[in-house]
Amino acid sequence: MGSLTLKQFQSPLLAPIDLHLAAADCLAISGPSGSGKSRLLRALADLDPAQGEIRLDGRERAQFSGPEWRRKVGLLTAESGWWSERVGDHFERLDESLFQQLDLALKCLDWEVSHLSSGERQRLSLIRLLAQQPQVLLLDEPTANLDQRNTERVEALIGEWRLAHQAAVLWVSHDAQQRTRIASQSWLISAGELRPET
Amino acid sequence: MTLILLTPLDLGLAAGLVILLALLSLRLSLGIEKRLLIAALRTIVQLTLLGLVLKFLFVQSHPLLIATLALFMLLVAGYEVMARQQRRFMGAWGYGVGTLSMFISSFSVTLIALTVIIQAQPWYSVQYLIPLLGMMLGNTMSGIAIALDNLTQNAWQQRRSIEARLILGHTWDESIREIRRSALRSGLIPIINAMAAAGVVSLPGMMTGQILGGTPPLEASKYQILIMLLISAGTGFGATAAVWIGSRRLFDERERLRLDRLKTPG
Repeated sequence: MGSLTLKQFQSPLLAPIDLHLAAADCLAISGPSGSGKSRLLRALADLDPAQGEIRLDGRERAQFSGPEWRRKVGLLTAESGWWSERVGDHFERLDESLFQQLDLALKCLDWEVSHLSSGERQRLSLIRLLAQQPQVLLLDEPTANLDQRNTERVEALIGEWRLAHQAAVLWVSHDAQQRTRIASQSWLISAGELRPET
Repeated sequence: MTLILLTPLDLGLAAGLVILLALLSLRLSLGIEKRLLIAALRTIVQLTLLGLVLKFLFVQSHPLLIATLALFMLLVAGYEVMARQQRRFMGAWGYGVGTLSMFISSFSVTLIALTVIIQAQPWYSVQYLIPLLGMMLGNTMSGIAIALDNLTQNAWQQRRSIEARLILGHTWDESIREIRRSALRSGLIPIINAMAAAGVVSLPGMMTGQILGGTPPLEASKYQILIMLLISAGTGFGATAAVWIGSRRLFDERERLRLDRLKTPG
């Protein structure tokens, strides 16, 4: 279960945001680059300081420690970070079915991160994130480096995850068609304001 | 053995060599002649002043005066640590982290050395306290400066991998652990190397001084051993304190990485 509620939430570059994202709901966000989409996701994940109210399933953020909050409100950054040479060192627990669904073999856990393609990195960082069992997903262009087949796989996996775990999803995407495929509602950042796309 | 007194002419000859070096630098356009001469001048002025101050304190050994000098030395060392940071902490922390760590380590180790090991009478006797504290501060200063610089530089360069860990719910402590370790190692390597090379490759400055001053070589050795051991302990504890305080300061109460607390270099 995971719903996200914002009241007068102050993200950098943006006017205060009021928003309720119900459990198992998917909201797509678009907007020109530099308009503050990534910074909004960082602020929501409590990676950057932000003023205003934010609740997970009705509970105020202050009731969670920073690490607890980030574990539950999972952020997938546009460029993934890796702290160890071996891919496998980055996974807390392994769910083989996730690897299969994204067309990755488990033996890639023994590879070096520096040998991964950008598409492999992107898929592996999604699996790494889902392994933490987040209740909300904040996705920053999760299919930017993927071909069509892998884009479909990622969309399918996130869709299933959303329903199975009743997780709210906030999905930043530049692709208008993708936005209609994956999300029930689509919001746009323009002139420093986040509002429903018409 | 008697001490051969140096005349101004003797020092003038040595200074002549440095001036020669400055001329060479000018000729080869190395562009360091100005800095060289200023540094040499600082050495002359600062050490002469220190000699005068110590001469005065030997006669007038009032605890308050000694404490003032010790504090002054600490503050200057703290400034040096700060000046060597490429990305130092904003505000009072920039000065505070290094100075506090040096205070903790240098003062406590010097205190132990004076009261328990050397047992000088009184323990704050200028002849022992000031040279010991000076050696401690001078060496912990470089160790702490290197360790802190390494910490902040690496945190800056590896911010993406630190944040990758934070995003996955790791604590600040887990996320900076490797960087902290490498910072501490880098701060300790110079003194470890110095201990390993002491007496084989290099004749340490203090021992040289004592021998020149007429102390029997074995006595000078013992003092040098004491100093080296104290310095390594002081540097180790000081660098640990600095890296610990510094790494904590890189994160806020929500355990977010706060690189905005560092000044950009330049």
